[in-house]
Amino acid sequence: MNIRRLAAFAAATIMIAACGSNNSDSATTKAPAASTAGSTAGSTAASGGTASATAPGKGATTIGFIFVGPKDDFGYNQAAYAGSQAVAKAHPDIKVLTAENVPEDDNATRVMEKMIADGATIIFATSYGHLDPALKVAAEHPEVAIVQQGNFIKGTIAANVGTYFGTVYEPVFLAGIAAGAATTSNKLGYVYAFPIPQTIANINAFELGAKLVNPKAETYVVNTSSWCDPAKQAEAASSLFAQGVDVITQHQDCTATITKAAEEAGKKVVGYHADASSLAPNGWVTGSEWAWADVYNDIVDTTVAGGFTGSKYNANYRVGYKDGKNPFVQSKYGPSVTDATKAKIADELKVISTTGSPFTGPILAQDGSTLFAAGDAPAYADIESKNTAFVQGVVGAIPAG
Amino acid sequence: MSLLSEVLTGGIRGGTSIEYAALGESVSERAGVVNLGTEGSMLMGALAAYAVASRSGHPWLGVLGAAIAGGLLALVHAYFVLSRKANQLATGLVVLFLGLGLTSLFGVDYVQALAPTFRPIALPGLSRIPFLGGIAFKQDPLVYMSYVTVPVMWWFIFRSRWGVLLRAAGERSEVLTTHGHRVIPIQYISVVVGGMFAGIGGAHLSIAYTKSWFENMTQGRGFVAVAVVMFAARQPFKVAAGAYLFGAALALSPALQARGYGINQFALDAIPYVVTILVLVALGKRRSGEIPEGLSKVFEAPTLG
Repeated sequence: MNIRRLAAFAAATIMIAACGSNNSDSATTKAPAASTAGSTAGSTAASGGTASATAPGKGATTIGFIFVGPKDDFGYNQAAYAGSQAVAKAHPDIKVLTAENVPEDDNATRVMEKMIADGATIIFATSYGHLDPALKVAAEHPEVAIVQQGNFIKGTIAANVGTYFGTVYEPVFLAGIAAGAATTSNKLGYVYAFPIPQTIANINAFELGAKLVNPKAETYVVNTSSWCDPAKQAEAASSLFAQGVDVITQHQDCTATITKAAEEAGKKVVGYHADASSLAPNGWVTGSEWAWADVYNDIVDTTVAGGFTGSKYNANYRVGYKDGKNPFVQSKYGPSVTDATKAKIADELKVISTTGSPFTGPILAQDGSTLFAAGDAPAYADIESKNTAFVQGVVGAIPAG
Repeated sequence: MSLLSEVLTGGIRGGTSIEYAALGESVSERAGVVNLGTEGSMLMGALAAYAVASRSGHPWLGVLGAAIAGGLLALVHAYFVLSRKANQLATGLVVLFLGLGLTSLFGVDYVQALAPTFRPIALPGLSRIPFLGGIAFKQDPLVYMSYVTVPVMWWFIFRSRWGVLLRAAGERSEVLTTHGHRVIPIQYISVVVGGMFAGIGGAHLSIAYTKSWFENMTQGRGFVAVAVVMFAARQPFKVAAGAYLFGAALALSPALQARGYGINQFALDAIPYVVTILVLVALGKRRSGEIPEGLSKVFEAPTLG
């Protein structure tokens, strides 16, 4: 169902058709427009052997941002785009290139190569699946600093790459407290895209937060195998409501459909990526949203000054409440949240901002095995890799395959 | 709600957009024109419905806007295929990208907009029928409209004078010419009507099913519609059955997951396609004589030189 694969197929079909048919006309000549920025860029002059002498991205005059979706998705990509515009505003002398709808495959490689050909020496690859193309491009262009948002580099990290992310599970944990307090059926719903570590950590944190105030609360999970397929989202929400779920949340790139479905069904909704309270004036509980500007600007400043290699960004960087500037922040409260719940959340925020963690052991997995041992207060860098299973209280299985 | 009734309810709900698009494509193909741009017409319809409903405050005006937008895009297809004799398959894909591009461009303002939408209505009396009532008669108005559309379209194609002209245009256009009818206008109308139905299918997706507009929100359902038409041999009742079947297979995955079943994600994702293809192949009993002659011409190798 991937339209971009179809686009590639279609372009090929059109070319074949245009060759094989006598009556091809102007209609077929529109085809190349489908492959935006698809031309393979020639190697840039800057990539000659001398580049390795300078620090990656030092003195950058052009920065590239690639997004997997459109910049106005009311969600993940919109937030990342807003961050890129904050960089442009804070650095008027730097040219900021952006590319939307960049698939997580070789197309991403081509778009990044094109940006490098256009002078970019810092690139933000903002989707989880952009990591492999980013590493490939980085290996060929040691003078370019490439940072990837949300994934995790395993093994040795080259001098010009890194990943960064907020500790998204922290505000999700706090929102889980509100959800656990709000439910009357003790059934919470979670619609997600793929069982990646980040998502599993979110689901677990949500359930752990809910259980903190409501030991009977369970979280029912449904995946859609897509970051944005509104029809699948509508069906997932419908299935969860049919099982008695009365508070729903999601890990999807576009969030409007599920938010509206909850409001119409008279259920409550916890947001993700963006403040969507205007879509659910009654059902809105709270949520989490992005504020990328500070992190993006700090990455740019560090890199432009020549300090990328060896910095915290030349690693799998995770920033959370303990550093005082988690780029993933809690959204405002809806009308139904009580003062007692707000006070409880404020208390927990203090705990996880100092020494605590949503994943302070002992925490058991669904099958009863130990996920986090008693006394274990895992560091930010370890949390995603340790969330290998759903915790007790999550209903549903991590899909195989 | 039992698993079966939940999946069947979801099947109708989720299959309706595909059903409208496939009914439209049936008309187009009966006249001898394949329109792979159906996906594009659905997208145009989805955006137009949401935009018009949002601006006017009336979902039915949105449906009208969707039909017009879907029809206009199909008109582009008709022009190149019928007046300029372009390759049908290639043109259809170009038209799809045109629709994708136009809706991405003009859809930006509507991602965050609110619009009045259709809600499920329990039909008095009918919704009380045991089992069936809860599945078929607690749906939204566009679903009910599709219940009427299918038999009307069957009558139109197989019993009306227009239907004879339509089928003749696709199967034996020479006969039409001999009898003094002009083939091209009939084909033009059929292709545009096909696009209008695809537009209404898109409208169901945006203002009834998901209640939101999002870029490329059809996610390939227009292509599923074209496939359903081919397997269902352009018969309205079989087309409807095929669309619902696909919808039901899509509804199966979340219904199972919400009950806590752990099943291979990729296997679940493949179910809609596998089931639809298998059943329609079995149900289709296709004979080559049933394919409009105008269509088989499309697939013949072009003469070179």
